[in-house]
Amino acid sequence: MVDFAGWEMPVQYEGLIPEHEAVRNAVGMFDVSHMGEFIIDGHDSTEFLQYTLTNDVSRLKVGRSQYSLLCNEDGGVIDDCMLYRLEACKFLLVVNAANSDKDYPWIQSKARHYDVHVSDQTDSYALLAIQGPKATSSLQKLSKDDLKELRRTEIRAIEVCGHQCLVGRTGYTGEDGYEVFCMPSIADEIWASAIDQSVTPCGLGSRNTLRLEAGMALHGHEISETITPVEAGLNGVVAFTKEEFVGKRAIANILNSGTPNRLMGLVMMDRAVPRDGYVVYTSNGEGLVTSGTFSPTLERGIAMAYLPSQVQVGDNVSVVIRDKHWAAEIVELPFYSNVTKWRAK
Amino acid sequence: MNDQILPSDLKYTREHEWIKIEGREGLIGITDYAQSQLGDVVYVELPTPGTTFAQADTFGVVESVKAVSDLYMPIGGQVVAKNDTLLDNPEKINENPYGNGWIIKIEVDTEYNTDDLLDAEQYEKLVNDLHP
Repeated sequence: MVDFAGWEMPVQYEGLIPEHEAVRNAVGMFDVSHMGEFIIDGHDSTEFLQYTLTNDVSRLKVGRSQYSLLCNEDGGVIDDCMLYRLEACKFLLVVNAANSDKDYPWIQSKARHYDVHVSDQTDSYALLAIQGPKATSSLQKLSKDDLKELRRTEIRAIEVCGHQCLVGRTGYTGEDGYEVFCMPSIADEIWASAIDQSVTPCGLGSRNTLRLEAGMALHGHEISETITPVEAGLNGVVAFTKEEFVGKRAIANILNSGTPNRLMGLVMMDRAVPRDGYVVYTSNGEGLVTSGTFSPTLERGIAMAYLPSQVQVGDNVSVVIRDKHWAAEIVELPFYSNVTKWRAK
Repeated sequence: MNDQILPSDLKYTREHEWIKIEGREGLIGITDYAQSQLGDVVYVELPTPGTTFAQADTFGVVESVKAVSDLYMPIGGQVVAKNDTLLDNPEKINENPYGNGWIIKIEVDTEYNTDDLLDAEQYEKLVNDLHP
């Protein structure tokens, strides 16, 4: 068990690699109850979220979800989040546990000028993520509702183990899967019932290797208050067409002027593991690894790194590991994608 | 952690290495507890035979998916062999940490000192204190 933003969480149950492989090949389950949940409702909730978050809330239909960013006036990323539209004027915002305590007052301060009510409901929800190609068949055994009706990115009230839950078809693993928001008092029952359906319990270790293979940013690593969405390659979730939102001017300026560094992926050619903070040498200058690990799927060291913007996919670079240079190649992100697999279903 | 294997003929370090001393020869590896804490070992960095290290020197590195760990000399000596099998099969350390998962063989210093090393019982207590 490790302390994670005040939550006691296991790094692994039986083993990181078997847990990782369970999610890639079958189904695994994460207790991510540490994530912060805010409920935002009120007459102005759409306008308020349009102003406070970077993505375009007007394009988010009821019952759907949207990845978004909470930026400061300088365009730095305070946090990244998932926004679920539960009703026309009612939203669920899921934020990182480590940032929840600063996100809440920030959001509250922005809410003052709107007819909107924001409440921290973190303690009202447990959150279980059931992920992997067999997630649907396993979770279906615990529910009378037809999960096939719930398409990717959708969220709705679904019965699980006889209890009404909010279930989103979302996740942080690069696989098809579900996130079950339930009352904390019934989380144990769902957890145990899922294990009875041969769902593998997974810890923080495999959560990190899975998201890294899927090329997903982790706040505090790829994104932070001093890194803008432009450098992080997250322009896709910044809606410049919106009239105004916090950080718009700064982000637009950086987009126009260009950034010296960009987030890129690298794969080790040598048998070595890149880690956070390692220096990368390129023919265009130095860079830094923000997240690195051994990829169980690729069976190689992989990393995301901030590198000089001139660096291209296919370039040969080297990573300094314990004073030695190890060969690596720049690759397209993500390292792993199962998108085509779940779209075909 | 009562299920860990702890051979009684070995000496242990507080950094979770073991050494088996037979005459002038010392065989070194990491403990069952260490491998279970590291998880799947994916990479091992080994010293060149002929290199001499003092007691507590770093002689190599073991990497698992989640972490890097330095390896420390239980006692001083000169490396006479390294387990090259580990370069392609680092998982041997997880499978058999006291057997074919050994890491290096040394010729121990003529005047070595085992005062800082633990016997199996002391090491077991150390590990149990880490997991009260």
